[in-house]
Amino acid sequence: MKAAVLVFPGSNCDRDLSVSFERAGFDVDMVWHKETDLPRGVDIVGVPGGFSYGDYLRSGAIAARSPIIGALRAHVTKGGYAIGICNGFQVLTETGLLPGVLMRNAGLKFICKPAALDVATTASAFTERFDADTPVTIPVAHHDGNYVVTDDVLAELQDQDRIAFRYHEDLNGSVDRIAGVLSKNRKVLGMMPHPERAADPALGLSDGTALFNSIASVGVSA
Amino acid sequence: MQEPELTEDLIAAHGFTAEEYQEVLRILEREPSFTEMGIFSAMWNEHCSYKSSKKWLRTLPTDGPQVICGPGENAGIVDIGDGQAVVFKMESHNHPSYIEPYQGAATGVGGILRDVFTMGARPIAAMNALSFGEPEHPKTKRLVSGVVEGVGGYGNAFGVPTVGGEVRFHAAYNGNCLVNAFAAGLADADKIFYSAASGVGMPVVYLGAKTGRDGVGGATMASAEFDDTIEEKRPTVQVGDPFTEKRLLEACLELMKTGAVISIQDMGAAGLTCSAVEMGDKGGLGVRLNLDHVPQRETGMTAYEMMLSESQERMLMVLDPAKEAEAKAIFEKWDLDFAIVGETLAEDRFLVMHGNEVKADLPLSKLSSTAPEYDRPWVETPAAAPLTAAPAIDPIDGLKALIGSPNYARKHWVWEQYDSQVMADTVQAPGLGAGIVRVHGTEKMLAFTSDVTPRYVRANPFEGGKQAVAEAYRNLCAVGAKPLATTDNLNFGNPEKPEIMGQFVGAIKGIGAACTALDMPIVSGNVSLYNETDGQPILPTPTIGAVGLIDSSDQLIDGLAQDGDFVMLIGDGVGHLGQSALLAEAFGREDGDAPAVDLDSELRNGTFLRDNVAVIHTATDLSDGGLALAAFEMADAAGLGVTLDTSETAALFGEDQARYLIACGFDQAEALMVAAAQSGVPIAHVGRFGGDTVQFGEASAPLATLSALYRSAFAEAVG
Repeated sequence: MKAAVLVFPGSNCDRDLSVSFERAGFDVDMVWHKETDLPRGVDIVGVPGGFSYGDYLRSGAIAARSPIIGALRAHVTKGGYAIGICNGFQVLTETGLLPGVLMRNAGLKFICKPAALDVATTASAFTERFDADTPVTIPVAHHDGNYVVTDDVLAELQDQDRIAFRYHEDLNGSVDRIAGVLSKNRKVLGMMPHPERAADPALGLSDGTALFNSIASVGVSA
Repeated sequence: MQEPELTEDLIAAHGFTAEEYQEVLRILEREPSFTEMGIFSAMWNEHCSYKSSKKWLRTLPTDGPQVICGPGENAGIVDIGDGQAVVFKMESHNHPSYIEPYQGAATGVGGILRDVFTMGARPIAAMNALSFGEPEHPKTKRLVSGVVEGVGGYGNAFGVPTVGGEVRFHAAYNGNCLVNAFAAGLADADKIFYSAASGVGMPVVYLGAKTGRDGVGGATMASAEFDDTIEEKRPTVQVGDPFTEKRLLEACLELMKTGAVISIQDMGAAGLTCSAVEMGDKGGLGVRLNLDHVPQRETGMTAYEMMLSESQERMLMVLDPAKEAEAKAIFEKWDLDFAIVGETLAEDRFLVMHGNEVKADLPLSKLSSTAPEYDRPWVETPAAAPLTAAPAIDPIDGLKALIGSPNYARKHWVWEQYDSQVMADTVQAPGLGAGIVRVHGTEKMLAFTSDVTPRYVRANPFEGGKQAVAEAYRNLCAVGAKPLATTDNLNFGNPEKPEIMGQFVGAIKGIGAACTALDMPIVSGNVSLYNETDGQPILPTPTIGAVGLIDSSDQLIDGLAQDGDFVMLIGDGVGHLGQSALLAEAFGREDGDAPAVDLDSELRNGTFLRDNVAVIHTATDLSDGGLALAAFEMADAAGLGVTLDTSETAALFGEDQARYLIACGFDQAEALMVAAAQSGVPIAHVGRFGGDTVQFGEASAPLATLSALYRSAFAEAVG
């Protein structure tokens, strides 16, 4: 199994994500944003957290127009898997691969803390190893995590069971407490919380492990 | 461009005394040019030259088998075994933060991060020690929110976890807040980069962001007359760009791997001037700069402006000429400027060219090594009057006075704005004693703490100085870490006042004594003087940042108190209430002497704790607020009530030193008592965890009520 982690100049969770992929059994290639192709045989592309291009404009807006995004788009169009975490989620919404936008947190402040999440669906390659009835704790660290979609799209997300995670309690003003969403084909996940920061028992949090194990167990190339 | 003539006013505006100017004339045997004057002022100001403090800093212990590099470089370096080293330093950004809190604090963080990665270390942890005026002061809220956002804005984007720090409030900081930023990085001990240039005719390379007029003459330029000589008044506070800093970090680390870097120095205070002079001086070489090649953000910049600009995210490097193409390619990859702006010279000369004109031609070594040094007159701080009887108070009311004050309330309002977990190696985030970060890819961990109790230092500089180090030592021991070394950030008022200088001298002596006794040498630091507004000095605030090593998870103490656990008190005391948090918060009194620090007891008790981690569920040191606050904080963290047997004010709130509170089970308590008796360590069983109330003797209150107060008071006061 092979994962590619995109690296923008301001990415700062790229290493963390690659460590989590490796822990779950993936071979990982780091792919520089100026590349135009993904390595051969990539099963899943990870878009990591950080501040891709400084995010002085809209978070993720410039990254969504960088050279590697063409390859990501092609990978997804062919039915490949992708996960965007935090800034990566912002990038995926800016590319249009996921619906919605991430606005400044309702409290207008950066929030870094462990957040209780409800697993809203286990019907995806990313969440099948979770127990739907047990809230998990995964840290958040973001300034722009307030998820906003139109009512129509929200209804679609709800009807199609595409909400992957919800904050157990309102955290940043997100509509329907959405913390993570799936693409229509359920192969692209964007989420604000950082499962890669909760995938190592030595750090006291390991609820994120289930996510990486889920992806690994379905054999993402399937 | 015509340079202005040097008038008496202009000389004074550069911060020169008449004698210092005479010294310049004696060195040059002629009058300096305007640019030369700027260069001298940059090198000789207090911030760069340490002219008031040098004499005393030399007395500090800076050596030990663990020390790879002590003070004098960009940061201190300490061996952590396995060929690895931790590189760290703390530095103030007080004045800029008061003027422009967001950018002042942000660039403070940026500056200290650069100090660390200049040496080849990847930053892995940051802390911030912040002191603000009283919460009611009209400026305080704005400063708190601006500084905290600035710290977070920079560190979060750069991608370093902020794992600790302090926030305090006191009227003495009303006109002068303190922002002390700490950073630590990890390097291979044999791959550290220093600033000393070597080789003649080697290219001097400018790296990073472009130079603008921001921060020109930051410290030394501030007079109305002077404004007439410069086209436009510019803010002296720099503007930070963490995105550029992040790229600079990656590009520098990549570059260092190629072997292209002979020496490297970040551009901090007095930017190009200070970095070029330092590299030349340390290498015993001269430097020629051609300013025409300096990447510039603005047009029409003069030599004076370029030499004194404090634009951020810049580095100067001496390059191996054989690797130029490779080096350039790395900087192009990261979209950063890379420009050869000069070369090293064999002779002792600092030659600055601009537009084919000589703008400065100075004997380089005279700029730093012959900078003035003063033995400022000082008077010993008079002994504090003994404490008159403390008023009676219900112990629960006493606790409420503490946890309801922003000084001792839970500070998640602050630390939740900092990314404490990026890099996915944070073992203990802020909030419970020292912050702990794992050394990536190993079992080892590093613990970080920053401490000082300014009230103590004012009452008794010597004991207060000792106490700052001792508290740092305890915070490290309380998580099981072996204290390794310290960095000091000495914030004081005007050193030309003998009583302020007396505080400084007393504190240095105390810090030195404690660092020696506890084997925590000072490996880096920074001095910030003249922290006064309208003649009102700040409380003397020598912040001590300290680093400890935890070999493996077996040595780590990071649990919580468990239901039924015994509350064990290590160390003894007499119930010292002088200068205590209780007096200050409950009665508005700051009298009496500071508690005395017995360094032998500190060493013995700290060692005892580290030798017995296996039987300890959790531990904390006793400091401000004494036994009562420590027990409450443990109870709050565990969500468990606590009962202490005593209800005596002095026993609960006394701030005697060398003490720890431990939570452990019944069998473990017994083992601890035996071990303590063998080691001659005082130990006592003082209470029990459990239930849902906090009870001191007969007085009690629901934990939930107290926790609600503890968790809301900070935001209530300044949020």
